Amino acid sequence: MHIIVLVKQVPDIEKVQFLKDKGWVDRASADSEINPFDLNAVEAAQQMKEIPGTTVTAISMGPASAEAVLKEAIARDADRGILLTDERFAGADTLATSCALAAAIRKAGDFDLILCGEKTVDGDTSQVGPSVAERLGIPHLSFVSEISAVAEDKITMVAETASGSVIVESGYPLLITGTKDLNTPRLPTLKDKLRARKAEVEKWSAADLADMADLSKFGHEGSATWVDSISVPPEKKRKGEILKGEDSAGKLVAALDKDGLLKG
Amino acid sequence: MENKDVLIYAEQEGGKVHPICFELLGKGRELAEKTGATVSCALLGSGVSDAAQELVAYGADTVYVFDDDSLAVFDPLAYKLNVARLVGEIAPGLVLFGATFAGKALAPRVATALEAGLTSNCIALELQDDGSLLQIRPAFTGTFLASIKTKSSPIMATVRYRALEAGTRDDSRKGAIIEKDVQTVQTTVKVLGKGAAKKASIAGADVVVCVGRGLKKAEDFALVQELADALGGVVGATRPLVDDGWISKDHQVGFSGTLVKPKLYVGCGVSGSPQHLAGMRDSGTIVAINSDPSVSLFRIADYSVVGDMYEVIPQMLEALKK
Ligand SMILES: Cc1cc2nc3c(=O)[nH]c(=O)nc-3n(C[C@H](O)[C@H](O)[C@H](O)COP(=O)(O)OP(=O)(O)OC[C@H]3O[C@@H](n4cnc5c(N)ncnc54)[C@H](O)[C@@H]3O)c2cc1C
Ligand SMILES: Nc1ncnc2c1ncn2[C@@H]1O[C@H](COP(=O)(O)O)[C@@H](O)[C@H]1O
Repeated sequence: MHIIVLVKQVPDIEKVQFLKDKGWVDRASADSEINPFDLNAVEAAQQMKEIPGTTVTAISMGPASAEAVLKEAIARDADRGILLTDERFAGADTLATSCALAAAIRKAGDFDLILCGEKTVDGDTSQVGPSVAERLGIPHLSFVSEISAVAEDKITMVAETASGSVIVESGYPLLITGTKDLNTPRLPTLKDKLRARKAEVEKWSAADLADMADLSKFGHEGSATWVDSISVPPEKKRKGEILKGEDSAGKLVAALDKDGLLKG
Repeated sequence: MENKDVLIYAEQEGGKVHPICFELLGKGRELAEKTGATVSCALLGSGVSDAAQELVAYGADTVYVFDDDSLAVFDPLAYKLNVARLVGEIAPGLVLFGATFAGKALAPRVATALEAGLTSNCIALELQDDGSLLQIRPAFTGTFLASIKTKSSPIMATVRYRALEAGTRDDSRKGAIIEKDVQTVQTTVKVLGKGAAKKASIAGADVVVCVGRGLKKAEDFALVQELADALGGVVGATRPLVDDGWISKDHQVGFSGTLVKPKLYVGCGVSGSPQHLAGMRDSGTIVAINSDPSVSLFRIADYSVVGDMYEVIPQMLEALKK
């Protein structure tokens, strides 16, 4: 089987500083890392390597520094890392991102399964996966919380729905986006990290994808949406009452009662 | 937007319309009032025709019904085919989906098929004087609000559940219900059956009693459940408790769990991390119970109780009995 995983480099959302007055994220203030939601997709691919003859290709679109997330994927057993990096890819919304990623997937060769994260911590759209599937004309399943069985001709899994979940079986080709529940990503060993450090990540420019897509559909030019303005959400006016000491629980209940928030 | 007509994807499960649709219809009517446009719904499924009248009651001028066995289970590929075709046919200016599991699986496929932009997780849609539509969504776990504009047509967005006001139901409203031919598609995806039903539905709850790492052991959930019962609510939890397997994921409040907007949120032993706040900061009234007076959750709380939850909760239960 040939499996493709899509991974993105994101700022460490727990440490990154926000310049609230400017509406900026100070990306220099914290390290970048692999999107935490993508680690579940990488782990799933890693587990599938137990099927003999399975190879994994990790693909990312981003700045040159995003090579690091592909090395991370290689440390976690990906056989090949491809970075789409070019000014022409910059400023892409999900429509343009999916165009570049789908073109790269086509160029990377025949595949069976594409694995994505549920969402990115910075983009937070959950759109890129389904959009890539649409561009490739293949079925997809979003919010897969469990992969129950994988064989060379089919995969069985559980996907989340509003009321619960469904059990689904599918052949290939297929794209899935996995949730945090999919698995617990393992940490790579020191040996794996050393091996990955030496590995070669292929770098593809927009021109390298010219046979696969219309270049005007990449990056800023190919995007259909843009951020018009950024603001800090107005904090809702809160009462801010602090209750301390002996009868604070009683006072709280009385206050909630007064506000009409108690049942009955 | 030249054409101002609004099309709403009417998500249903087992013939029951998802309440987000009534909120989208509320917004649709508000926009239509300003622009004179029409509001229609796309209702897909098997044996779903009965739901069409309800959509009319909530504000739809027209409901396009795609009722066929082949649509009995939700498959993004088959659903996309029919929704995208309808969009091509009626050429609306705006297409809205709920930012639900199904909405987020379907909308990007429809948008990409139409080479249209799509804004995710909107919490407000504002018509500008120049006729453009601002789509407002949280960014970076709610630290910022981004206002997005779209240059492609139609404008497309998914909207968060409970962000907009639902329209009012009026059963005397009249609307057209139009049966559409259903196109089918070859797919390898086969639904074998239903998995476990969700144990908790915290997304739509009016009261959420959420507990964090202040909880000392899993058994103590009983105490939290008791408080939730007394307040007529459901139990929520922060991610560490879910990660430790103390409670199922359906209970997780936050960025990687469920977004909640109850009338009353009570956080017990919850510090208020950005990822947690992203899932509950818009709650009506916020109560925080924490032994540490410096925690973030206190900063956005209406009522802050500084104390040990193991003492405060039993005292609350006592007071609630009166
Ligand atoms: C990508 C990503 C996504 C995430 N998504 C989510 C998410 O969806 N939801 C989520 O919740 N988290 C999420 N997190 C985790 C988040 O960063 C925090 O780790 C988590 O919210 C902290 O949970 P907590 O408040 O229970 O724990 P802590 O921060 O440890 O807080 C526990 C609190 O309990 C108080 N306490 C202790 N004992 C008592 C007592 N006896 N009485 C009263 N108070 C007491 C302490 O003072 C403390 O404030 C995410 C993280 C990442 C990186
Ligand atoms: N620039 C990118 N490069 C590679 N994969 C991406 C990129 N952006 C998004 N993805 C994939 O799409 C998923 C959803 O991202 P998003 O739509 O941004 O929430 C991620 O978890 C990744 O698997």
